[in-house]
Order: sequence, then structure tokens, then C-alpha cells
Amino acid sequence: MPKINLSHFEAAFLFSLLTSVVMGITSKKTQKEQINYGVYCFSMFILALFGIGWAMRLGHG
Amino acid sequence: MASQPQTGALEPAEQPITAWLWPVLAAWLVPGGGHFMLKKSGRGALIFGSILLMFLFGLFMRGVMFTPESGPDYLTTFINYGGFLSNLSAGGIYILTAMFNYSQPDAAGAVHDYGTKFLVCAGLLNVLAIVDAWEIARGEKE
Repeated sequence: MPKINLSHFEAAFLFSLLTSVVMGITSKKTQKEQINYGVYCFSMFILALFGIGWAMRLGHG
Repeated sequence: MASQPQTGALEPAEQPITAWLWPVLAAWLVPGGGHFMLKKSGRGALIFGSILLMFLFGLFMRGVMFTPESGPDYLTTFINYGGFLSNLSAGGIYILTAMFNYSQPDAAGAVHDYGTKFLVCAGLLNVLAIVDAWEIARGEKE
């Protein structure tokens, strides 16, 4: 079985993408709502990823 | 006396158990399987691909599978049982992995840790897919 080493960013990006797809499909009823909600979830994941990343960077001084 | 209009469709509470039992079982066994069974192939394919990829990446990052065992404190026991239930929720892919004796010791490192979270989240996403299949089968969602 192959072994992969993803960076924090790569792993978090992949997690955000896959989770957003499933959450979009399962949370809303119409196709348009599903796409919108999936994109919204993904955007929020990425925003949190950069926001918390920078907060930790600045917090460390 | 005024009567309600008859549409012919059964209310969700009146649906026979067989209307949703098989799609729910299929959704647990194969991620997206319930959607395929209910003729929602596009959504089923996306769910199957997403959950399978997340599970495979978890394995490739050598994530840890939880076992249902007691720990020295309640929190550890809760994490072990909760993690096991989440892993089990992934259904057939978890069973296959267990059959092939996948075993990874809990090692320090961010990659292993991400792998463990990926494996747990694959199961939790499958729970969302199972509930979605259940709602579609009961006619609460298209």
C-alpha cells in the first residue's frame, strides 16, 4: 500500500473539498442550493484555514 | 365536511419499513449505494467518490483505526468507542480494511494524525449520506 506525506495545507485543502461535496449534497434539496452550499462550505473551510493559520503564526511572534 | 385532497402519495410516517430499509442498508454498505438504489446516480457517484477518496487518503497516511476498548479514564474510553463507531459507519470499505488486517500503531506525527481524522470523517460523512438516502426513500426529499 502506498504511503503519502501531505503537508498541513494539502491535507486540510483535501479535507475541505471532500467534506464540502458531501455536505452540499446531503444538506440541501435542490441542485442549485446544493452547489451553492457546497461552495459556501468550501469557502468557509479555506477562510478558516488561512485565518487560523495566520493567527497561530502571529501568536507565535 | 371538507376533506383533504387525495394525492395518492403516502405520508412519510405511513411509508412501509421496506421502502427505506434496503436503501439505508445499501447506503451503509457502499457509500452512495442508497442513492444509486433510489435512482440518484449523480449524487451517489459524488458521495461514493468523496468518501472513498477520504478513506483511501486516511489509509495512505497510515491513520489509526479505533478499537472498542476501555481506557484509563472516561474521555479515552469515549474517544475509543466514538472513533470505532465512526470507523464502522464507513461500512463496506471499513469491513474490507479489517478483513485485510490493516493495523497501524498510534504514532506521533501530523500525517498519521490527519490520516486518523480522515478515516473517522469518512465514516461520519457516510452517516450524512445514510440519513440523506433515508429522507429520499421516505419522500421527504427529492
